[in-house]
Amino acid sequence: MLYHNAMQFRTSRAPHLPNNYRINRVMGEVLLALIPGTLAMWWYFGWGVLINIALACSTAVLAEWLCLYARGRNPLPALADLSAMVTGWLLALALSPLLPWWQTVLGSLFAIIVAKQLYGGLGYNPFNPAMVGYVFLLISFPVTMTRWLPPDVLSQQTLSLADNLRAIFQGLPPISQGWDAVTQATPLDQMRTGLSQNQMLSEIRQNPLWGDYGARGWEWCANWFLLGGLYLVWRKVISWRIPASLLGALLLIAGLFWLADPETHPFPAFHLFSGATILGAFFIATDPVSASTTPRGQLIYGAMIGLLIFVIRTWGDYPDAVAFAVLLLNMAAPTIDHYTQPTVFGARPKSSHGT
Amino acid sequence: MNYRTIISDGLWRNNQALVALLGLCPLLAVTSTLINGLGLGMATTLVLLLSNVSVSAIRYWVPDEIRLPVFVLIIASFVTTVELVMNAYFHEFYKILGIFIPLIVTNCAIIGRAEAFASRNPVHAAAVDGLAVGTGFTLVLVVLGGLRELIGQGTLFAGAHLMFGEAARSWVLSFGPDYAGVLLVILPPGAFLGLALLVMIRNVLDRVVVRRAQTAPAAVAA
Repeated sequence: MLYHNAMQFRTSRAPHLPNNYRINRVMGEVLLALIPGTLAMWWYFGWGVLINIALACSTAVLAEWLCLYARGRNPLPALADLSAMVTGWLLALALSPLLPWWQTVLGSLFAIIVAKQLYGGLGYNPFNPAMVGYVFLLISFPVTMTRWLPPDVLSQQTLSLADNLRAIFQGLPPISQGWDAVTQATPLDQMRTGLSQNQMLSEIRQNPLWGDYGARGWEWCANWFLLGGLYLVWRKVISWRIPASLLGALLLIAGLFWLADPETHPFPAFHLFSGATILGAFFIATDPVSASTTPRGQLIYGAMIGLLIFVIRTWGDYPDAVAFAVLLLNMAAPTIDHYTQPTVFGARPKSSHGT
Repeated sequence: MNYRTIISDGLWRNNQALVALLGLCPLLAVTSTLINGLGLGMATTLVLLLSNVSVSAIRYWVPDEIRLPVFVLIIASFVTTVELVMNAYFHEFYKILGIFIPLIVTNCAIIGRAEAFASRNPVHAAAVDGLAVGTGFTLVLVVLGGLRELIGQGTLFAGAHLMFGEAARSWVLSFGPDYAGVLLVILPPGAFLGLALLVMIRNVLDRVVVRRAQTAPAAVAA
C-alpha cells in the first residue's frame, strides 16, 4: 500500500498545469499585499482602521463557520482557505475608521451570509461579498458611513487608542470634542459639495485636504496599495488586464473631461489617487469569482468599471463609486464572458470551417 | 371540496404571496409599515371576495373565449368601488397608499383565483376561497410590513390613526428617538429580502410539519 502511494505522480486538477494555484495561497498573497496599504491607512487615519479590520475579520470567519455548520458542510477546509478573512479585511478598509462596532459587524455578516453563503459559498457568489456588505452599510447608515476622519497630518490632535475604542464601542465622540470637530467629509465628498455650490476647482483646491496630485494622505495610502497590487500582478495572483484597463479607462475619460473644462473636472490623477480607485482596481475588481474570466472579457470588464466610476462620481448621488461600479459589472460579467470566449486551442476559425 | 381544505389552502398550503408568489407588486411596494400592509391587504381581500362571488355567480353565462376580459371588467369595477369608498372615508390613508389601490386590478392573485377557482366552483365555495386567500395575503402583508417597520424605523403601528381614528395614535410602539433605523429595510431591496426571509421560514416550518407527520405513524406502530 505504501509502495503504491509512493509510486503515484502528484497531478493537479484539469487542465493539469504544474502550478500550485490553491485558494489559500491566492488569498494569503492577497492578505500579504494588503499589508503595506493597511499600515499606511493606520498611519493616516489611526487605530480605528485596525480595530475595524479585527472586528470585520473575526465576524466574517465566525459567520462563515456558522453558515457552513448550518449547511452541513465540513467548515475546516473552507475556513482555512482564508477567503472569509479577505472579505472581512477588504470590507473593513472601505469603512470609516470610527464606525460604530455593530455596523461593522452587521456589514460583515451581510457580506458573508447573504452575498456569499446564501448563493452557495465561495465560487458561487455572483457579487463581490465585501462590496455588497459595504453598499448595504452605505445605504442603511449614511450618516455614520460618511463620517470620515481627516488624515492625521491635518487634524489638530491625534486620537489615542482609547479615543478610538470609545468612539467605536460606545458611540461617543472623543472627550471634549464633538463629532463635527473630529470628522470631516472625504475629499471626493468635499469636491462634490463645492462643485454643487458652483465653486471653481481652483477654489476648492485651496482646502488643505488636497495634496500634491490626489488627496492628502489618501494619495499615499493609494501608493502603498498600488505597491501591493503590483506585487500581486508580479506573482501572477491577478492578471494585469483588469487593473490596467480600469485605470486606463478612468484616466482617459477623466483626462478628456479635464481638457474640456479644468474648472469643473479635476486633474485625472485626482480620480486615481483619492478614494478607493487603486484599492478597487487591484483588490476588488479582480476578485476571481465575480469578475470576468476571459482575456478580452477582462479588458472590457475593467474598462467599463473605470468609465462607471467616473460617471457615478461626476453625476451620481454618492461621492465614491467603486463599489457601485464593481457590483454593476459583476452583474454583467457572465454576459461579457459569453460573448468573449477565446478560441479553443487547435480549433479552426469559423470562416474556413465550411469550405 | 370542503371548507377546511379551501381555508388551509388559502392561508397556508397555497398562500398567494409565499407559495404562488403572486401579487408581489403591491406586496413589495406598500409594506413599509404594518398599517399600510394591513390597509392594502383588507382592500385586496374585499375585492377578492366580491370578484370571486360575482365570477362564480355568472360562471354558466360567460363564454369561454371572452372570460378573461369579463373577469378584468368585474375586478376593475370592484376596485373602483373600493377606491372611491376609501377616498371618502379614509382620505389620508387613501393618499398614502396612492397608486397601489387602483393597481389592485393588476394583482395576479385576484384574476388567478377568478380563473382557477371561482369560475369552476359554486358561489359559497368561491366566497370562502376569496376570504381565505385574501386573509392569507393580508397576513403576509402585515407580517412583512411589521418586520420592515420594526427594523427599518424602529416603530410599530405607526399611522394607526389613519385607519382606526384618533384614539389609535397612542398605539404606536417605538424604540425611541435614538434608534437611527436601517434605511435599506425601508427601501425596495428590503422588501425583497424580507419576503425571501418569510418564504424561507414558511418552507422550514412546512418541512418540520412533514417530518412530524412521517415520524408520528412510525411511533404509533412501534
